[in-house]
Amino acid sequence: MTSTGNAVQANYDLAFDLYPYARVADQDACVRHPVVVVGGGPVGLTLALDLGRRGTPVVVLDDHAGPGQGSKAICFAKRTLDIAHRLGAAAPMMDKGIVWSRGRVFHGDGQLFQFDLQPEPGDRHPAFINLQQPYFEQAMVKAIRREQAAGAPIEIRGGNRVTGLEVRDDHARLEVDTPDGPYSLEADYLIACDGARSPLRKMMGLGFDGRVFEDNFLIADVRMSADFPTERWFWFQPPFKDSGQSALLHKQPDDVWRIDFQLGSDIVREVELQDDRVRARVDAMLSSQTGEVPAYDLVWTSIYRFQCRRMRQFRHGPVFFAGDSAHQVSPFGARGANSGVQDAENLAWKLDLVVKGKAGQPLLDSYHTERAFAADENILNSSRSTDFMTPKTDASRLFRDAVLDLAGRYAFARPLVNSGRLSVPCVYEAHHGFGPDDFDGPVKTRPGSACCDGPLGNGFLLDALTDGFTVLTLGQANLSVPGLAHLHIERPTAEVAARFLGDAPGAVYLIRPDHHILARWAETTPDAVLAAVARATGQEGFHAPEA
Amino acid sequence: MPLKLDPNLSDPDGAYDLLIAAHDGLDKAQSDALNARLILILANHIGDLDILSEALQAARAAG
Repeated sequence: MTSTGNAVQANYDLAFDLYPYARVADQDACVRHPVVVVGGGPVGLTLALDLGRRGTPVVVLDDHAGPGQGSKAICFAKRTLDIAHRLGAAAPMMDKGIVWSRGRVFHGDGQLFQFDLQPEPGDRHPAFINLQQPYFEQAMVKAIRREQAAGAPIEIRGGNRVTGLEVRDDHARLEVDTPDGPYSLEADYLIACDGARSPLRKMMGLGFDGRVFEDNFLIADVRMSADFPTERWFWFQPPFKDSGQSALLHKQPDDVWRIDFQLGSDIVREVELQDDRVRARVDAMLSSQTGEVPAYDLVWTSIYRFQCRRMRQFRHGPVFFAGDSAHQVSPFGARGANSGVQDAENLAWKLDLVVKGKAGQPLLDSYHTERAFAADENILNSSRSTDFMTPKTDASRLFRDAVLDLAGRYAFARPLVNSGRLSVPCVYEAHHGFGPDDFDGPVKTRPGSACCDGPLGNGFLLDALTDGFTVLTLGQANLSVPGLAHLHIERPTAEVAARFLGDAPGAVYLIRPDHHILARWAETTPDAVLAAVARATGQEGFHAPEA
Repeated sequence: MPLKLDPNLSDPDGAYDLLIAAHDGLDKAQSDALNARLILILANHIGDLDILSEALQAARAAG
C-alpha cells in the first residue's frame, strides 16, 4: 500500500499496485458527479471504462490501491472477452490467458466422459480462457489509462473508503475516508460494485433472497511444472484421501493450478487452512495421477461457502447494484465475474443515454428487469449444479449416484451429469421490450440474444458494430435508417449466413449498444426500426414490466 | 401424446414378474439404486417432460 494514514487500513496484500491514493481537489469541497462507481473490481472497472469511452464522466472509488492477492475468478467466457475486446482491453487477457476447451468428468477411479467446448468457426474468441482475476483487472486499468490519455473522463481514486451514505430522490451523498482525512461527494447515480459483502448494501439495510449452502470448499492454488494437460478435471467421489465429495483441477497461467476440494459442512476453518492439512490433500490428489508427489508451492488457499441468491431490486432510486453485490452463485459455472461484467455492459449504455438526456428513466429500470432475469437464470443453473454435487436428501443422492453409475456406460446419462453448467450469455425475452421478431430466422439470433460473431472481410462481424444502435442488413435486404449506424453485408460468409439468415434471401437486424439483438425483420421500414429504438430507450411511454 | 393410464402391457403378469425378478438377491440399498437407474433409463426413453411430469403426478396421487 502506498497510503500512509491510519484512516484507510488495507484488508489484504495487493497483487498489483494499480491506482495508489493521490489527493484530489474534490476533497476540499463537496462536488456532485454524474456517476460514481464504488468498487474497482472487474465489474466496476468494466462499467467505468464503458462509460468513459462514451464520454460520460465517471469516478471510481476503491478502498485499496489494486486487486488483492489470490486468483479468485479464473474462468472468463467468450461473451466477457467480446465485451473486453469492444472496450479495447482484451489483448493482454488473450496474451496471458490459457485457452482450454476440454473437460473430463471422473467418478472415483474411472473417467465417465469428456466434453469439448469447440470455438464457433469464424469467432474471434474461444469459449473460455483461464486467467487470474488480478490480470483481468490489470488489463482493464491499462485500457482505462489509455482512454484517460485520450481524454476519456474516467477517474479512479484508490485508498478512498466509503463510510457513509445518504440516498435522496435524485442523488446520493457519500462520506469518504482517505489517508488525508474524510471528505464528501455527491452522485446523480451511484453504482455499487463493491462485492458480495457490499458495504453500500449494508448501509442501505438491504438484504438477499435465496439459499445459502452449508458446504465448505477449499481452494488451493499450487504452482508446479507438472505435465497435466490444459483441461478441466472434475471428480465425483474422488479416489484420493480426504478429498471430500468432489474435487476440481484446472490450469491457470504462470504454471498455477486451481484445486478445489469439497470439505462438507462440519469443519473447523482454521484447522483446514493449515498448510500441512492442505498439503496432505494436495499430495494425495497429485500423486494419484503421477504415482509420486511433484514439487509444488502453495500460492493461495481459501475456504469458501456459497450462496445462490440475489437482491429483490437491483435499483433503488439513484443507487444501482451490479455484480456480486446484487447476486451470488456457486463458482462451478463461471457465472460470477462473467455475469457481473454483463451487468456492467448492460448498465453502461443506458446510464450514458440518460445522463446525456437522450433517454428516460424507464431505460434505467430495464437494467433491473433484464439483469435480475439473467441472475435468476444463473441462480437456477447454479442451484441445480449444487444440488447434483451435494445431494441434500436420500432420494436426491440415490438419483445422483444412479446418474453417475449410468453415465460411464450409456451416453444418454452424460447430459444429466452436472459439474457446473458453464456461463453462456443470457437471452432476454420479448416482455423485456425486445422485438418484434418478424423474421422466420435462426433461433440463435432471435431478439434478446447476444449478437453472434462471424468472419467479415479480413476481420470479424462484431468489430463492425458500433457502440450505438446498429442496423445490420444482409443479402437482399438493404435499409438505411436516418440517424442510425448501418452495416450491410451483401454476400455473407457461410458462417454468417447460417447464423443470421438460414435459408432466407435477406434480413434486417437491429442491434443494441450492448450488442444484444433488439429486433429483426424479413423486410421493414425506417419508421418501424425507429419505433423499436424508441421503445427500447424508454420513449413513447415504454415501461419495462416487473420481472 | 398424453400419458397412458389405461392398460397398455401386452402381458401384465410377465411384466410384473420381470420387475420383481430384477431385484433377486439385492439388498434394500441395491434395490433402491436399481430402481433409480431404471427410472432414469425409462425417463430418457420417454423423452417428453410433459409426460414425465404427468407420470410423476399420477404416481404421487396414488400413494
